[in-house]
Amino acid sequence: MKKVLKYVILDIVQNKTVLIYTLLLAIISFSVFSLESNSSKGLLSLLNIILIIVPLICIVFSTIYIYNSAEFIELLLSQPLKRKAIWLSIFGGLAVSLALAFLIGVGIPILIYQPNGTGFMMIAAGLFLTVVFVSIALLSASFTRDKAKGIGLSVFIWLYSSLIFDAVVLFLLFQFQDYPLERVMVILSFLNPIDLSRIQMLLQIDISALMGYTGAIFREFFGNNTGIAMSFLGLTGWIAIPLFISLRKFEKKDL
Amino acid sequence: MKKLFPILIFAIFFGLSTQAKTYFVGKGREITKIQKAIDLAKNGDTIMVDAGLYKEKNIIIQKSITLIGINHPVLDGENKYAIITIKANNAKVEGFKIQHTGRSEITELGAIMIYDSYKVSAVNNILDDNNFGIFVQNSKSCTIKNNSITAYGKNELQSGNGIHCWHSDSLIIVGNKIKGHRDGLYFEFVKNTLVWRNISTENVRYGIHFMFSNHNTYIGNIFEKNEAGVAVMYSANINMYNNYFLDNWGDATYGILLKDIRDSNISGNNFTKNTIGLYMEACSRINLYKNIFKNNGWAVKIQASCEDNDFTKNNFIGNTFDIGTNGSLVLNTFTGNYWDKYEGYDLNKDNVGDVPYHPVSMYAMIIDSNPAALMLFRSLIVTLLDKTEKLLPGVTPENLKDNKPVMRPLPL
Repeated sequence: MKKVLKYVILDIVQNKTVLIYTLLLAIISFSVFSLESNSSKGLLSLLNIILIIVPLICIVFSTIYIYNSAEFIELLLSQPLKRKAIWLSIFGGLAVSLALAFLIGVGIPILIYQPNGTGFMMIAAGLFLTVVFVSIALLSASFTRDKAKGIGLSVFIWLYSSLIFDAVVLFLLFQFQDYPLERVMVILSFLNPIDLSRIQMLLQIDISALMGYTGAIFREFFGNNTGIAMSFLGLTGWIAIPLFISLRKFEKKDL
Repeated sequence: MKKLFPILIFAIFFGLSTQAKTYFVGKGREITKIQKAIDLAKNGDTIMVDAGLYKEKNIIIQKSITLIGINHPVLDGENKYAIITIKANNAKVEGFKIQHTGRSEITELGAIMIYDSYKVSAVNNILDDNNFGIFVQNSKSCTIKNNSITAYGKNELQSGNGIHCWHSDSLIIVGNKIKGHRDGLYFEFVKNTLVWRNISTENVRYGIHFMFSNHNTYIGNIFEKNEAGVAVMYSANINMYNNYFLDNWGDATYGILLKDIRDSNISGNNFTKNTIGLYMEACSRINLYKNIFKNNGWAVKIQASCEDNDFTKNNFIGNTFDIGTNGSLVLNTFTGNYWDKYEGYDLNKDNVGDVPYHPVSMYAMIIDSNPAALMLFRSLIVTLLDKTEKLLPGVTPENLKDNKPVMRPLPL
């Protein structure tokens, strides 16, 4: 398994797309920090990058990578290797290399310009989102053999979690305006990994506004150490569950 | 005439020496009780008190005397009594440590109580664990200076105010440090008063609270981490300059809440890290200029019931929301402020933006009617909605805008 993991990582790190992705992140981060007058405003612009671009690139790249390496996977399957080991190595390889790209592209600028709690929370959230969307990419790739369908599914999942889900929540909020929805909102936020990371960062950046009544409930839940642990546990769930389902599918798949 | 002169001088000396006598109180001295010295003294005399612990129940001063503590002698109220009561003009209390007043549901018990007096001063005292700190009632031209007033109030009902003034005129309140009382400073029916360089922190309710108090001036005070911030109501002709309102966090907590304030000036103040920096309700004709609003949840919440207020040359930096409001009626003006969220341009480089800035974001309006929606703040859908609203205002009050937003922060 170690050997396979090593080969996958080496293969992806040499991939041009990943190099460009790293470079792009680095350029955006550095320019955002040096253009804005104060670095906390730069952090806000970076927030959008982390919540939108990182998941998109991760999920699309991972899906394409799996379809492109179908022959490599078939070759590995002819060797005396467990299917589980192969699938987990591919996941590990993708996760490690994309996380590395994120760390270099965004982590280093943040550490230079904002080495504080907010910055660290941002790096942690970005890393988790990277791995979550790699895991979801594996799931959508394991559903169908058709490359176009798989990529379509991935893009749809990204669209759902970054836009559609929030729109639906906003709609629900207005439909059920007369009911106390604060606690429901806390539960709802666990249904979307991007929301979970966004709320953690809101608690760092907009702490003053969140001290109001509704904010008090969020802060009570997410703001203390148990809350932070809970939301990262939620994100871990978003990694583990899709990975587990895709692993099941892959183990029984007729290739 | 020549003969008369030495007699005159002699008379003056004699007069002075009888007028200003000094009594010493302390262990091992002739007089051991402060109250006894006060009883012996005449108007204009001075009483010096040695360091030590004095438990004399309520000390009552009804003469124009000066009471001075050497090295802060301790006056203890044994959790039962008020400690010093002054009912005389020109009296002065200086340099004591006054602690443990009683608490009563019926009467107000405090460390220094000043009733119906003129030109009384309380200077350099340390007040610790009292119900009321300094209590001024029906008095004029009193000075309260450099006192350190600390209490450990747990709830609003069981604690008193740090400096409590009722129906008074021309007070001077300077350089006091107040902590842990119900309201740090409390004024009701107080006129022509100067409040300068006081620090009011961590009080159970308000840092400062005044009602029906006109023509007062507040300069260079610091109000920090009070449970409900600062609230001032039903007053006119207030001047507030260079005060600091910091770290007042909570649902009903404001840097400062202005209710029914009119004809006032608020300038040079610093509002930082409050849930709501400035909240205005039914206020009119207030000039707000050269203030700094920084890192607040809402910099300003201005209700539609306010009119003719003018915001000029303020800096709005790093606030989650710049302005919040509850209606579409706008009778206030915003001119020449710096808004860090302004995205306009300045073609002729005169440092004034060429397009107006609308400081009320759509989402601020949404949250105002549906607070739970705060959870979606900064998500993609909300950002898109906000941008659309900026292009085609529909929900936000169209007239609430700054026509001359400046491009760079004002040097304040």
